[in-house]
Amino acid sequence: MRTIIKNGLVVDPLAGNVAPKDILVVGGKIAEMGANLPLGGARVIDAAGCLVTPGLIDMHVHLREPGFEHKETIYTGSLAAARGGFTAVACMPNTNPVIDNAALVRSIIASAQEAGLVHVYPIGAISRGSRGEVLAEMGDMAAAGAVAFSDDGMPVADAALMRRAMQYAGMLDKPIISHSEEKSLSAGGSMHEGPISTMLGLQGIPASAEEVMGARDIILAEETGCPTHIAHVSTAGSVRLLREAKARGVQVTAEATPHHFTLTHEAAIGYDTATKVNPPLRTADDRAAIRQGLADGTIDVIATDHAPHTAEEKDVEYEKAPFGLVGLETAVGLVWTELVHTGLLTPLQAVTCLTRNPARILGIPKGTLAPGADADITIIDPELEEVVDPAKFVSKSRNTPFAGRRLKGLPRLTMVGGRVVMER
Amino acid sequence: MRLRNKDMIGLHHSTVEEINLILNTAEAMKGIINRQIKKVPTLRGRTMVTIFYEPSTRTRTSFELAAKYLSADTVGIAAATSSVSKGETLKDTARNIEAMGADVVVLRHPMAGAAALLADTLKASVINAGDGAHEHPSQALLDLYTAREKKGRLEGLKVAIVGDIMHSRVARSGIWGYTKMGATVRLAGPATLIPKDVEKMGATVCANVEQALAGADVVNVLRIQTERQQQGLFPSLREYSRMFCINRERLALAAPDALLMHPGPMNRGIEISPEVADGLQSAITEQVTNGVAVRMALLYLLIGGGAR
Repeated sequence: MRTIIKNGLVVDPLAGNVAPKDILVVGGKIAEMGANLPLGGARVIDAAGCLVTPGLIDMHVHLREPGFEHKETIYTGSLAAARGGFTAVACMPNTNPVIDNAALVRSIIASAQEAGLVHVYPIGAISRGSRGEVLAEMGDMAAAGAVAFSDDGMPVADAALMRRAMQYAGMLDKPIISHSEEKSLSAGGSMHEGPISTMLGLQGIPASAEEVMGARDIILAEETGCPTHIAHVSTAGSVRLLREAKARGVQVTAEATPHHFTLTHEAAIGYDTATKVNPPLRTADDRAAIRQGLADGTIDVIATDHAPHTAEEKDVEYEKAPFGLVGLETAVGLVWTELVHTGLLTPLQAVTCLTRNPARILGIPKGTLAPGADADITIIDPELEEVVDPAKFVSKSRNTPFAGRRLKGLPRLTMVGGRVVMER
Repeated sequence: MRLRNKDMIGLHHSTVEEINLILNTAEAMKGIINRQIKKVPTLRGRTMVTIFYEPSTRTRTSFELAAKYLSADTVGIAAATSSVSKGETLKDTARNIEAMGADVVVLRHPMAGAAALLADTLKASVINAGDGAHEHPSQALLDLYTAREKKGRLEGLKVAIVGDIMHSRVARSGIWGYTKMGATVRLAGPATLIPKDVEKMGATVCANVEQALAGADVVNVLRIQTERQQQGLFPSLREYSRMFCINRERLALAAPDALLMHPGPMNRGIEISPEVADGLQSAITEQVTNGVAVRMALLYLLIGGGAR
């Protein structure tokens, strides 16, 4: 089976260039990349006017399986990923049971293979049951295929445990992903602490709740040498801490979400629970700092923190609603609309944040168009426009604050291992 | 002139004209309360349902009497004894009540935004009788009414609000109401109980209670809930009282004819000393009477002859 993607503008983050090229796919692998490749009887995909990029990777999603299949499953999450242009996702372990042993890691991988749409890389728990007491069997999980370790959503409060986790993960050459949140500062809060929370009478989550813990984990990363990744950076202070740490040579990386680079705490006016997310939507200054951090490379990755919840769960009082919003199906549109079309990021920078950087951090052989690599390819039409309509989502959940927003720049085609899993 | 919305959720979105309309209507209603026979047929055949997810004596009784004086039928639901305790959601509870034919639902709820959620769900009018730390518009309206009645005006008044601003819906509604009507609002309380960026609502935060009181025309004292001390938000009730209790010495810093108000229930000797609570400047009992008049006005304007 030969397929050729013609007439597109190939964005190659490894080579660091953007050029009109054709890509020949043979037997699920990239065979050749070059100008005006001969057709040779291959099936042709016309990518005229589009960007052809390595398959996008979302290194922070919640697929909810096992335990919360009413919100999402590995299958429906894979569908949402494919629709959003992603060929690979890394899923967080805060399921029920928590992914804290090798058998569960293998079960995630098996379910993903059964779903047969996109690559799913499990992230293992740092501590057993993510209870923050004793280390989980990270060595076994790594051997079974876990790509990183995190107690996302249940931040490790005990500094000694986090330090040991970093020492241990460092030995395994796997990154620790820090959900930086000091619970004693955030407890009871529903949104960013500031003028809007005061006006709405909602208890706030101060920026310091993130920064205190981010600072701790950066210090521990520096001490242990463990590659450490700061998840969903939401404050200007966190960006400053990261910039400073990177300048010192600390092995630290970071991600930002589309909702944090697009929205501010003002979105919570009216108590729309779709805006309730952790870390919360912050101020315009924080948003500007995140955008700047993405532009200057302080923030390496764009990840969605895709967090599905059912309509019933969200259709309650703001304080009662669970944190989280779905992101897979709106990510590319938001990246292009908010960052690329505004001139903040070049297409190459945006694609690097969505492919090469997460692949490098997770140590997975993805994010490349080099001959011999799996043919995981995304075709993005930068001019394609659409109004976000949650009814069209293929995810099981629809909790998005972006309903009705016009996005420009959307995925046209998602190819995984040479097979087209989404086309529009 | 009528109110623009079917609901009264808060004073944030009320206009000066609407607030004046409510206060003027309340004036007429107060005449009814002062009669020997306190009953007019204005709301005959209309039904008010109160849903209280938090304990309250004063506010609920005040709404019930307001409705009864206007001849409306009233039903009260306390969350602890209803299907709420069986896991029914707020929206479902409200839908059921509406299906039984309620014209207005009065809601007291511990969570901010609950009244707005209900208002979006129901065709019936919703009156917010306090939602978490968000708003308590009928309380602020009765404060405004009392201040206006005693001072003859609201514009230019210096108003001090003292105590736990952070958890107070009365303070928030008061800030909106007073500032809209042209008064200035100064806040004082323990720094741990001043919510972040509250200045952006239009009030001034004072360094100490003395500064807030200096020359004030109206002194609004907030209730301090003892559980806030248990949460560690301030060291002790003894110290709170020493630093923030409105007593004779502190009240003397305000204008000589300053009005003293408290939304109740009072912690005598903690946030307010008995001598001033029962003193000549206190309007605390008067506030309760005015509360009924203001709630009658709200009911009339939302579901009676004054409705849209």
